[in-house]
Amino acid sequence: MNRFNFFIPAIGFFVLALILWRGLYLDPKELPSMLIDKPMPTFALTTVDGNEISNADLPNSMFLLNVWGSYCLPCLIEHPTLMRLAEEGEIPVVGINYRDKKQLALDWLGDNGNPFAFSILDESGRFGIDLGVYGAPETYLVDADGVIRYRHVSVLDENVWRQDFLPAINKLQAESNTQQ
Amino acid sequence: MRIFHKFSWEFKVCRPIAALLLILSVSVMATLNAQVDTFEFENEEQQKRFRTLSNELRCPMCQNTNLSGSTGGVAEDLRREVHRMIVDGFSDTEIEKFMFDRYGDFIFYRPRLRAETILLWFGPIMFLLIGGYLALGIWRRASLSSVDSTSLDSEQAAQLQKLLRSKH
Amino acid sequence: MIPELGQFSLILAFCLSILLGSIPLVGAAKGNQLWMSLARPLTAGVFVFLAISILILAYAFVADDFSVQFVAQHSNTLLPTRYKMTAVWGGHEGSFLLWTFMLAGWMLAVSIYSKSMPIDFVARVLGVLGILCTAYILFMLATSNPFDRIVPLPPQDGADLNSALQDIGFIIHPPTLYMGYVGFSVVFAFAIAALLSGRLDAAWARWSRPWANVSWAILTIGIALGSWWAYYELGWGGWWAWDPVENPPLITWLFGTALIHSLAVTEKRGVFKSWTVLLAILAFSGSLLGTFITRSGLLTSVHAFASDPSRGVFILGILGLAIGGSLILFAFRAPLMKSNFGFDLVSREIFLLTNNVILVVAAASVFLGTLFPMFYQAITDDLISIGPPYFNAIFIPLMSLLVLVLGVGPMSRWKKTSVSYLIEQLGKVALTSLAIGVVLPTIILLQVSWVAIVAVTLAAWIVLSMLKDMANKTANKAARLAGLRALSLSYYGMQAAHFGMALMLIGVAFTSEFSEEKSVLLAPGESIDVGSYNFTFNDTQAITGPNYVGTQADFSVSKNGNELGNLNPERRIYLATGTPSTEMAIDAGFLRDLFVTLGEEKENSAWTMTIYVKPFIRWIWLGAIFMAFGGTVAAGDKRYRRVRERYLKREEQALATNLQVAS
Repeated sequence: MNRFNFFIPAIGFFVLALILWRGLYLDPKELPSMLIDKPMPTFALTTVDGNEISNADLPNSMFLLNVWGSYCLPCLIEHPTLMRLAEEGEIPVVGINYRDKKQLALDWLGDNGNPFAFSILDESGRFGIDLGVYGAPETYLVDADGVIRYRHVSVLDENVWRQDFLPAINKLQAESNTQQ
Repeated sequence: MRIFHKFSWEFKVCRPIAALLLILSVSVMATLNAQVDTFEFENEEQQKRFRTLSNELRCPMCQNTNLSGSTGGVAEDLRREVHRMIVDGFSDTEIEKFMFDRYGDFIFYRPRLRAETILLWFGPIMFLLIGGYLALGIWRRASLSSVDSTSLDSEQAAQLQKLLRSKH
Repeated sequence: MIPELGQFSLILAFCLSILLGSIPLVGAAKGNQLWMSLARPLTAGVFVFLAISILILAYAFVADDFSVQFVAQHSNTLLPTRYKMTAVWGGHEGSFLLWTFMLAGWMLAVSIYSKSMPIDFVARVLGVLGILCTAYILFMLATSNPFDRIVPLPPQDGADLNSALQDIGFIIHPPTLYMGYVGFSVVFAFAIAALLSGRLDAAWARWSRPWANVSWAILTIGIALGSWWAYYELGWGGWWAWDPVENPPLITWLFGTALIHSLAVTEKRGVFKSWTVLLAILAFSGSLLGTFITRSGLLTSVHAFASDPSRGVFILGILGLAIGGSLILFAFRAPLMKSNFGFDLVSREIFLLTNNVILVVAAASVFLGTLFPMFYQAITDDLISIGPPYFNAIFIPLMSLLVLVLGVGPMSRWKKTSVSYLIEQLGKVALTSLAIGVVLPTIILLQVSWVAIVAVTLAAWIVLSMLKDMANKTANKAARLAGLRALSLSYYGMQAAHFGMALMLIGVAFTSEFSEEKSVLLAPGESIDVGSYNFTFNDTQAITGPNYVGTQADFSVSKNGNELGNLNPERRIYLATGTPSTEMAIDAGFLRDLFVTLGEEKENSAWTMTIYVKPFIRWIWLGAIFMAFGGTVAAGDKRYRRVRERYLKREEQALATNLQVAS
């Protein structure tokens, strides 16, 4: 056993240390969506207002699908951003009222304002499962053909809108322009 | 100094005994936040499948807990789905595919064997082989470099026999 | 004012440990007696100031000083006093102070119990520990100061200690775990001192064995306490989750077990010298790795403290310096350590080497499984999970292999053992174990269960080979009893620890395979059968506690018509935070545990609940207790005291001679 073998533990360790250092800057918490580039799951549900709704009723242009609940504090934090987007007509926002009580949801919208074109009622969370939702708030970017293109987990504030969503939207629009 | 030694030795023995008494004490109370679902199954086998699946599927929103150990939220919903699918006659493979399509690899506590996970599943066997090789190396190094090597190999034994015989 | 004194004390400890980490080491290199002799008093100083520091933090908690940020985050005026004191380790900053204080405690122990070692060696050991201590305190002062204040407006009341931590498990598990974990720094320091001193002999192994054995024993208890606490805390019968924060202590323990066996060989035979040094470094790395994983946010876990990459980088730096530095030193100095003797391919040395290989492979595999999700994410940008199914699939076969070797090892002879001798001694033992394993569980359970058969066979193998060895060793004595008395403490320690392994094996196998649980909705008066036990839900009553209100239910338990007693699970709401929680009621037994956890109240006073029957689960921790007991007893072996006495006598004579010469 020559002397070089005794250096192997040290070398191995330094390689490991580099990997650990790299690992520190990964975020282990955000789960990537399995539905990217897949069509919206089929559904036939009702809105919080009691109207029936299905895939055909979704907007024909790019839109945001926001998972929210009256119990969800971060949803309140991102609310102003969603209101601004809705009021300025930048992009339609469709809501999914996730694991909530209908009356509480309606009260919440009444108290805070309603940025949603409509909110799909998902009291049991079953529709959320089909989307791969694991908590509120989450926001999906869906393109004009009903294909899910991007998911953001947690608060959608103005920073996230500018840094994550706008570039994604621009890229999609550029793609659809070159396709035409 | 001697008295100090004696005390410390006994103290070290006392600690395990105290731990023993604690651990065997009756009716210990405790705190937790477990949730109780009362699902009905048609038979024992279904219940067993449910238990295995909810133990091996991970709660997507928790900090490293399985479905059976989580309270509320999507974990509750997913347990309900697993129950529904078992009772509706879906196989374990179909249930797992359902989960994978929505939540990906993350939801399985048993990582699927693929090209990327070969290192994971075959790592331990590789370690065993490397370990064996290392051990042989240690053995050989000890035999070669030992200051006082009293065991002879066959060639040296033959030499010794020759020397002894030549003396007579 | 007082918290500032605590911080000042911490700074003083820091200064003293800088001196400790430099002066004695330089003194040892240069042969300067004065500088080397400073090691012990400096160690005492570091200990005293760290003790003051942690006591002041505890005082801040008891005095409800919410201007101290750490106290405000983890305490509350309604919190019972004992939990106020233990909330010191309820969060990252305080628990790291505890960690460092444990190191100081071990350093003090080394400085007191090292009279039989040469001063240059002691100076080096304490010096190395001093360097570690400096790094830890610097980490605290720079990134995690428990004495930080909230200015200008401290809160009226604190955020309260997490209800899961308001429990006796929290009082004893972290200190015990840390004590064992940090204890491996001592053996590490001994190994480094051996490398630094250029000592090629095995003396360092003899000196470090008691320290390694005691650290290992305490760590065994620490991990067992964690398992026990998780069992009744989480409430679904789980006792080990292979969680990324649970695994590092286990990795350290596995390296530690290999280390204590390897030290035995190095001390007795003068072989494996460099391998043992490497093991000491690896065991210690396990403890630093644990600190790193828990505090850096690298991996997701229920146990992890709040994540912060900057802290992670700092700890990684400490890891790099300590482990990287040691391994480089190892690479240069270890090749000079040569074995005293060779040994045959079939010999006790080889069996112990096999033990080492299996344990190190197990440790490496647990390490791989723990860190693999992070590697995977770094490469594929996707997430995977690795949990019990993987770890069990790898760990159980390895441990079974280890148990097989365990029966043969103690019986084998040093240097050379004939295979025919082993077969002659153990052949019947093996067959008897197999017979017991197949027959006993099948008769008792009235079914064929492979898990039970394998488990009982392996446990019988351990116990019977142990008894055979004891029979062999007392065979030539006139009276067996005299023979048993003549066996050393070291031997009994070994047997006790191996026996503990057999107990744990049975506990793990039977509880994993034969546990029963049922979730039901019961109204008062209704009953249900789980396993061979009958549970009757009697009634409920409202209760109040110091910082909670709730409902308590009453259950009667019986088996085959015989009344066994009552169980009283509770459902509580903690007032400070409004969080609900369930208190389960356990009937702990030697052969099985029964417990009930309440869910929620539904209509007609009916409650959802889960009832569990867990056979042999206490044997898991009983096994750990035997292992720890064995390790401790072996450390108390007369050998070490005799050596100390001989050394002291020699010192006395040398002093007397000097005086005579002087006069």
